[in-house]
Amino acid sequence: MAATSLEAIQNNPKYQHLVATRRSLGVTLSILVCVIYFGFILLVAFAPSFLGASLTGGVTTVGILVGVLVIVLAFLLTGYYVNRANGAYDTLTKQIIEETTK
Amino acid sequence: MNRKLLHALTLGVGLTPGLALADGVSTAGAVQRSFDPIAVGMFVFFVLVTLVITYWAAKRTKTAAQFYAAGGGITGLQNGLAIAGDYMSAASFLGISAFVYAWGYDGLIYSVGWLVGWPIVTFLIAEPLRNLGRFTFADVASFRFEQAPIRVLAACGTLVTVAFYLIAQMVGAGALIKILFGLEYWHAEVLVGCLMILYVTFGGMIATTWVQIIKACLLLGGATLMAILVLAAFGFNPGALFAKAVEVHPLGGAIMGPIFKPGAPVSTPLSAISTGLALMFGTCGLPHILMRFFTVGNAKEARKSVFFATGFIGYFYILTFIIGFGAIVFVSTNPDFIDQAKLQAGASVITATKGFPNMAAPLLAKAVGGDLLFGFISAVAFATMLAVVSGLTLAGASAISHDLYATVFRGGKANEGDEIRVSKIATVCLGVFAIAVGILAERLNVAFGVGLAFAIAASCNFPVLIMSMFWKNMTTRGAVVGGFLGLITAFLGVVLSPAVWEGIFGNPKGSALVTIDNPALFSMLLAFVGIYVVSKLDSSARASKDRAGFAAQFVRSQTGIGAEGAAAH
Repeated sequence: MAATSLEAIQNNPKYQHLVATRRSLGVTLSILVCVIYFGFILLVAFAPSFLGASLTGGVTTVGILVGVLVIVLAFLLTGYYVNRANGAYDTLTKQIIEETTK
Repeated sequence: MNRKLLHALTLGVGLTPGLALADGVSTAGAVQRSFDPIAVGMFVFFVLVTLVITYWAAKRTKTAAQFYAAGGGITGLQNGLAIAGDYMSAASFLGISAFVYAWGYDGLIYSVGWLVGWPIVTFLIAEPLRNLGRFTFADVASFRFEQAPIRVLAACGTLVTVAFYLIAQMVGAGALIKILFGLEYWHAEVLVGCLMILYVTFGGMIATTWVQIIKACLLLGGATLMAILVLAAFGFNPGALFAKAVEVHPLGGAIMGPIFKPGAPVSTPLSAISTGLALMFGTCGLPHILMRFFTVGNAKEARKSVFFATGFIGYFYILTFIIGFGAIVFVSTNPDFIDQAKLQAGASVITATKGFPNMAAPLLAKAVGGDLLFGFISAVAFATMLAVVSGLTLAGASAISHDLYATVFRGGKANEGDEIRVSKIATVCLGVFAIAVGILAERLNVAFGVGLAFAIAASCNFPVLIMSMFWKNMTTRGAVVGGFLGLITAFLGVVLSPAVWEGIFGNPKGSALVTIDNPALFSMLLAFVGIYVVSKLDSSARASKDRAGFAAQFVRSQTGIGAEGAAAH
């Protein structure tokens, strides 16, 4: 791509906004997933009796709920990001491309 | 042999299940099946369908873009299924359900680890990868750098990852086919190897993708049916299923939480974290998975595909958990499935199960769905292996032809016909290699192969890829030093670990220099530190060129301007 259009894109406030918001969302969600997963692993390593405790008095344990929850959360967070990116971010990207390649 | 299978099939990332195992040969004899018309019939049907698809795909595979990336014409949903098909190996299906069968809750800990890499792929990797690359992740990692050194590094990372992953799959496949279909081990190796060569050389990425899609649908369908049949017996109340499982399992209530026994998946906290890192970030660096993102038309479809894939894979892991518990209830209580001689010799009903450990899921199919479902699930397990080894082989062949041959040896001036020819030759070579090593490694515990593959993907491919995309100051020299540092330490860390040093090389117990199950914690850290320090100290002319190239690369990675479109090939 030519140097002029490169600069035009970099100076476009919409581009700066897109990069800043998308990066902060991506990084925040990544950290969140790491905290959830390694929190789970640390529970397994240091508090197995907590995970093995009965959930409501029956045989189903807290650990089953937590494990399934980690899987479901991973899926939902992925869905949230994809929804934002395929909606708001793609609209912004389209506008940026139109504005700078005219 | 059983021990080896449990290792191979649980994709043992350094795990050493401490189950009391009897002599495996006699067990294999007890369950080695003679000709099963239903299973063989269904499998032959699957092979015929995939060969027709390969023929169809071959006519659409003329250009390099078609061979490596299916011409970018795969939709998000199709690619999501194919990614799931690439990732859900027979090892996950049979291994995790067998693990749940033997240990209960611990199987879920593994499932979680195998899933959590996917959100990271979505948030950080899928989009810039799609916007910057064409065929291999090396396209992205070398985007603004000196081509040859980075391509060599990426090709080494790819080939080592693929080779060890492939060996683990081939040995697991051969052993399993021997049990399921009653084939000789080496016949099974040759059959799997030849079919995989046919799919990839003639049909390229198009055929590989469709084999994976069909397999993913069959596997998800079969697993769903089994889970429904299990739950239906308990009025769709999982609590009742768990209660019955606790009642009949030798470990009793302990199966509902983490088990700390020697050899259980999580032995020490440090190992747990290191293995967790390898699973999470290894997923982000598996070359055959990353390659799939180039088969879709744009970043939007790339994101959609990873969303669908995460959903399918997460759903599948929840199913395997139900299947494992179903097996506890329906398989371990059925005298037909238990080797009475072993039971009397003191084995538990779990370890005395015929074909233990990997047969839990197929036997459950027989218990809840009769011979028809058993045959179907056996055929699905075989199809699953074929799909996974095909994806791996294609990724390895692309590294040889696209990264090494076309870019390094020909300086980017290879003509397309030659490049495709080289990748087909590479596919045949990799196939022959897989068959030969698969046969030679029959009696070895090759489970470390997958652990090594994930460790190297997390310690070499992932750091170089992510830093090249997001860190302006990375230089060619920094990437090469850091990447090789990660690759070599990960490799040594696995070789010197107890599972390999003592288990494979037969050194005395306690002589292993590394005590951690998986080296990722250290090797990944070293790779990042290596990249950072060497890049910072690099004041060569090339380094300033590398840094100057970042701006243009970053804009393209963020907006997709200039990226390869579906129709641009």
